[in-house]
Amino acid sequence: MGKPVKKRSVCDKVRKSSAHAQIKTNPFEVKINKKKFDVLGRKSKHDVGLPGVSRSKAHNKRKHTLLKEFRMKHKANSFIDRRFGEYDTKMAPEDKILQRFAMERQRDQVKKDMFNLNDEEELTHYGQSLAEMEKFTDGVDSESDSEEKGLLSAEITASHFGGGGGLLRKKTGEEEEAKNKTRQELLEELILKSKQEKRERQTQKEETHELTEKLDQEWKSIQNLLAHKTPREREEEKDKPKLDDYDMMVRELGFEMKAQPSEKLKNPEEIAREERERLQKLEEERRRRMEGEVEENPKDTHISADDLNDGFILDTDDRKTLSYQDGKWNIGEEEGEGGDDEEEENDDEGGGDDCDDDSGSGDEETDDDDDDDDDHSDLEDSRDDEGEEDDEKEEESIAEVKRTLSEEERKEIQDTAHSELPYTFTAPECYTDLKAMLQGHSADEQRLILERTKKCNHPSLAVGNKAKLQKLFGFLLEYVGELATHNPPQLTTINTLIPQIYSLSQLFPEAACQVMQSLIGDAAHTMEQSVEVKGRAAVPGLDMLISLKIATLLFPASDFRHPVTTPAFLYISQALTKCAVLSLESVSAGLILCCIAVECVSLSQRFIPELINYLLGLLHLAVPTHTCTDYHVVPPFRPQGKSSELLHVCDPQSAHSWTRRSISLSSADRVTATTERERDHYKLSVLYVCLDLVKRCTALYQQLPAYQHIFQPIRILLAKHLPVTDYPAALQELHKEILEVIPETPSQHTPLVFDKKKPIPLKLLQPKVVEVVDYGRKRGNTKAEKERERLKHKYKKEFKGALREIRKDTRFLAHTKLSDSLRRDAERKRKVKELYGSLATQEGEWKALKKRKRK
Amino acid sequence: MAPSKKHNVKKSASENSQTSYKQTINTKTELVLQSRKHANNIFDLLEYLQSEDEKEVVFAINACQKLFCELLERGELYVGQLPKEEEILQGDRDADEKYHIFIRHRYNSCVELLLENIGHESYQVKESALCAVMKFAAAEGKRPLQKQDWSQHYSFPKELTSGVVWGLLSEKEDMALLISRFQEYLEMDDVRYYVMNATRDNIHRVMDRNKRAEMRVYQNNVFTLLTNIAVPSQGSEITNFLVKQEGKYEDWKVAKLKEQKRAFELMWLTFLKYKLPMSMYKKVLVILHDSVLPHMSDPTLMIDFLTAAYNVGGAISLLALNGLFVLIHEHNLDYPEFYKKLYNLLDPSVFHVKYRARFFHLANIFLSSSHLPVYLVAAFIKRLSRLALTAPPTGLLIVLPFICNLIRRHPSCRVLIHRPSAADETCTDPYVMEEEDPALCHALESSLWEIKTLQNHYHPDVSKAAKSINQALPEPEDDIGKLLELSTFELMERDLKSQSQSVPLEFDSAVGLLQSPREVLGLHFSLE
Repeated sequence: MGKPVKKRSVCDKVRKSSAHAQIKTNPFEVKINKKKFDVLGRKSKHDVGLPGVSRSKAHNKRKHTLLKEFRMKHKANSFIDRRFGEYDTKMAPEDKILQRFAMERQRDQVKKDMFNLNDEEELTHYGQSLAEMEKFTDGVDSESDSEEKGLLSAEITASHFGGGGGLLRKKTGEEEEAKNKTRQELLEELILKSKQEKRERQTQKEETHELTEKLDQEWKSIQNLLAHKTPREREEEKDKPKLDDYDMMVRELGFEMKAQPSEKLKNPEEIAREERERLQKLEEERRRRMEGEVEENPKDTHISADDLNDGFILDTDDRKTLSYQDGKWNIGEEEGEGGDDEEEENDDEGGGDDCDDDSGSGDEETDDDDDDDDDHSDLEDSRDDEGEEDDEKEEESIAEVKRTLSEEERKEIQDTAHSELPYTFTAPECYTDLKAMLQGHSADEQRLILERTKKCNHPSLAVGNKAKLQKLFGFLLEYVGELATHNPPQLTTINTLIPQIYSLSQLFPEAACQVMQSLIGDAAHTMEQSVEVKGRAAVPGLDMLISLKIATLLFPASDFRHPVTTPAFLYISQALTKCAVLSLESVSAGLILCCIAVECVSLSQRFIPELINYLLGLLHLAVPTHTCTDYHVVPPFRPQGKSSELLHVCDPQSAHSWTRRSISLSSADRVTATTERERDHYKLSVLYVCLDLVKRCTALYQQLPAYQHIFQPIRILLAKHLPVTDYPAALQELHKEILEVIPETPSQHTPLVFDKKKPIPLKLLQPKVVEVVDYGRKRGNTKAEKERERLKHKYKKEFKGALREIRKDTRFLAHTKLSDSLRRDAERKRKVKELYGSLATQEGEWKALKKRKRK
Repeated sequence: MAPSKKHNVKKSASENSQTSYKQTINTKTELVLQSRKHANNIFDLLEYLQSEDEKEVVFAINACQKLFCELLERGELYVGQLPKEEEILQGDRDADEKYHIFIRHRYNSCVELLLENIGHESYQVKESALCAVMKFAAAEGKRPLQKQDWSQHYSFPKELTSGVVWGLLSEKEDMALLISRFQEYLEMDDVRYYVMNATRDNIHRVMDRNKRAEMRVYQNNVFTLLTNIAVPSQGSEITNFLVKQEGKYEDWKVAKLKEQKRAFELMWLTFLKYKLPMSMYKKVLVILHDSVLPHMSDPTLMIDFLTAAYNVGGAISLLALNGLFVLIHEHNLDYPEFYKKLYNLLDPSVFHVKYRARFFHLANIFLSSSHLPVYLVAAFIKRLSRLALTAPPTGLLIVLPFICNLIRRHPSCRVLIHRPSAADETCTDPYVMEEEDPALCHALESSLWEIKTLQNHYHPDVSKAAKSINQALPEPEDDIGKLLELSTFELMERDLKSQSQSVPLEFDSAVGLLQSPREVLGLHFSLE
């Protein structure tokens, strides 16, 4: 047995509380432990002991535990009452009964078989089964059949089971008639008769039925008169026959497929609000990235163990939410505002705004139905859920087209249907494949081809599709680059391909990022090498400019650090600082770079020194004389020298005939202006763009502390050197606006001070708390050794304690045994004594009797 | 020159001339060597040296080289003052002597032809001619053709080396390739010494003849030759000679390091004395501190050249800085207003020139002294930060840590980034950028608002570097050594290489090339 447990029974407490004070004061009970040294501040629990008390405590404990065990030794049986609350004295007997009843019912309730629907508890009402009661309500219609089946007419039984006797007997009655009748005829007769009987019974029943109905009707007609009823009740009565229809309906519906619970229909406001919230959330994230707040994985998207990591997400329901507006189905409403790229494409297709789609639908419409099916079947096996959705859309668009098309349009469509595109495309394996696939088609057709390729090779359809589409993105960019290098560059085609590129990049951000990175990295590398070798580099070509523009369309330029846009910035910077401006084409390319740079920082308002330098340099090219030294142009521009009057307008007269027009992007490759007048116009346009960009920059950088210093050179140039009087009014106005925005004197600033640091908290003189595991010095040097020593010591102590306890236990048991045997012996002695006594008295009496007899 | 053409070489136009010319040349060489009877065959060989076919020329050069080396070895060339060819018959000479005089004349004309061939358009010819001449020089060194009058005479075929130098320093043609071939010989100490002397002579003559005008090709050749000449750093290394001398080496000029250095120094000074084209100026300045100044016996002679270059301005000044630094540092040059000039060197182009790394490396050294006055350091800091407003990111990544380092070294400059005393008073920037004197530009009263501006720079690394002025700077200096050579592409590669990061996407869907929500390009440019 272990150490005595702390818990004491109630009686023990009572006994102690009464005895305690007395005992403590009793000097015979108290034993004082002698202390060798008096250590200050040490509290000892063991200075005063009450051996008697503790002994009796231990004794009591043993009596309750060990003794009981001892008494139960060698006794196998025991009676345990397992009824609920049997040993719980606190519970009222009524509660016990209730609980027990409830538990019993519960036990009955537990179904043996989960799927057995019939095994239900029988519900009763006043002791009667409800199921039975329901059966009574069933109609009377089935009774006739059963009745008939059950009955056997006497004749039939007679004929069937009566043996030949019956027939013979009849024969005796009608001998003359039946004489010539054969057995066959007899049988026929019998059948006829029975049929007739049956018919008669039927008619009889019908008659009774009719009669009862008639009676009912009559009864109804007079019922109103007979019974006094409220008009409402009467109405209800009237409704009763209708109720039959209703019941039928209810039953029918009951058997139909149960409708799935769906989300509440969203009205346009709700949709708009959700869209806005989504955008707000994205904007918030963007802003955080812009600040450079690093969040490694803010929302850990759950990835299933079965996820193939192929970009396929099952639970994104890209079905369009059904919505109504003014009672009409709201079909093309979300176009343009659609967030999901796929959805948007579908909308585009559904909108039926391009000729190709029209022709497709026309084809389906004019051809036979099976043709229509054909067209779709080959699509359907390759499309997934989203494809189905798409089909729906197409059908909607067909419906629309059907309505709007007139006859002659139909004819036209039939013609175009012959040049129909196929619906499935295999993903290109290499760049030449893609080129072969796209070449010879119009821009819209190319877009459609790509769209279909993308759908046919959706990553969720087959294993290798993901890699294929990822490659497709790279090929597509290469293709765009090639389109840009054509002469003339096919920019409109590129323009139509942009949504496809965007959606592909949304599908595979990593792949898109890699392609873009390698593109920019290669371009930067070649530029740097040519700078090293030749000392200067060529201005990036139109293809690179377009790629940069696409990069800014696909990736957020406002991020503090982004794997694509940061290198793109560096590339722009490199191009603006290293590429010499020697021709009008390079001016154009430089301006395009500037525009892209301004776009990129329009949100983040980041400072690009190269941009300002470049604009200054460009404006410097327009200054006629280069003697001034009050501002410095920065390389690649030179204060003077070859081509430093590139933008100088030769003929002041051309300013009058100039009108503001957009410059063509292709001018980065070749400026088409041939005459002097056209060149002047082109120069004026360039200057206009320059000034506009300067204005935008001033707006962007207004908040910077060095704002004035940044724009000082430009201000000097504009105010003193630019021959602005020769320029058209629009330019002059811009010029004036810019000069107004840039102050001549620097603005006021407070001197710099370090950021306020959080004050370092004062050192607190807190005591050092060291956990003391055991008192007493323990030997051993290392921690492990000490620990082992400690454990050894503890084990020894425990062992001794246990040994002592065991000794006490055996002593107690021996004592109990001894007292038991003493008690038993005493009893025996007593009984023997008694016997001896009684025998002695008997003997005495007998002796006395003998004495008396003798006398 | 022209030796009389007694025998015309029959040039066979047919194809077998390919092999035949080799045979004829070989047999004729053999014949000449075999007996004196056939000595006239030498004329045929010399004829071949002027042939149109370069293969023939090369073959003939090799044959001549073999032939005359052999003859020199045998001592069949006339030694001493050579009588004129016409005089041979007049004097009473024996046949042996006549023969020797004849051979010596042929030898001289051969050398002449070979030197001419150094200017040949084919490199093969040039190279073999050069090698042949140098072989002759070696052979001549063994058996001098001049009479030695006294025992202490050291013989060296000076005429041959100066002839080679004349050939190498062409005024019309870039000889860089041949000069690099010649470097093999320049490692021999005697050749080098005489080449240096010959070069000096050559420069003098050519430049004077051309009235000191710039001569791009010629000066380029001279520069290439000059850069290929390296004087050994220790006298004990001078052991490699083309011509073994009989006398004591210790007394020979060539064997003395001091003489070598002097020759080197004179050669360079002569070269730099004349007007140089700008590009040449830069080239010279780039290597000056490294491969010229240490080899000069008295580098201070370069002071004039360097100060002149330093005053030119722009990139040349930046480059002259390096040489000046060596002079100031090692040769105790006292340059008045050096720092003021350095201060004025700082203009926006500092960040854009090719020698940016070198400049900042030197500026770092110049400004590392802790004894500089505070106003000067502050002026530098302020000017650099003002210029940083026009710098590309690679330049900014150098200059921002540079500025921080300056502030760390000179704690009294800390007011530029931390002025709590006037924290609430606004003021305009008191710094005067146009002031040339750093003492008067009021830099110490200013603050680095430019760096504050650059905290908004588009490149994250620059922005981070600029943000370091927001807190008190930590004690250890930034190491700008690694950043000096950083190129834009290397900077870009940091972003390209780190693959682990996620790729955020633009959420505004793109519908067209010029239809982004913040379109600027589309406003000014159109697709057509």
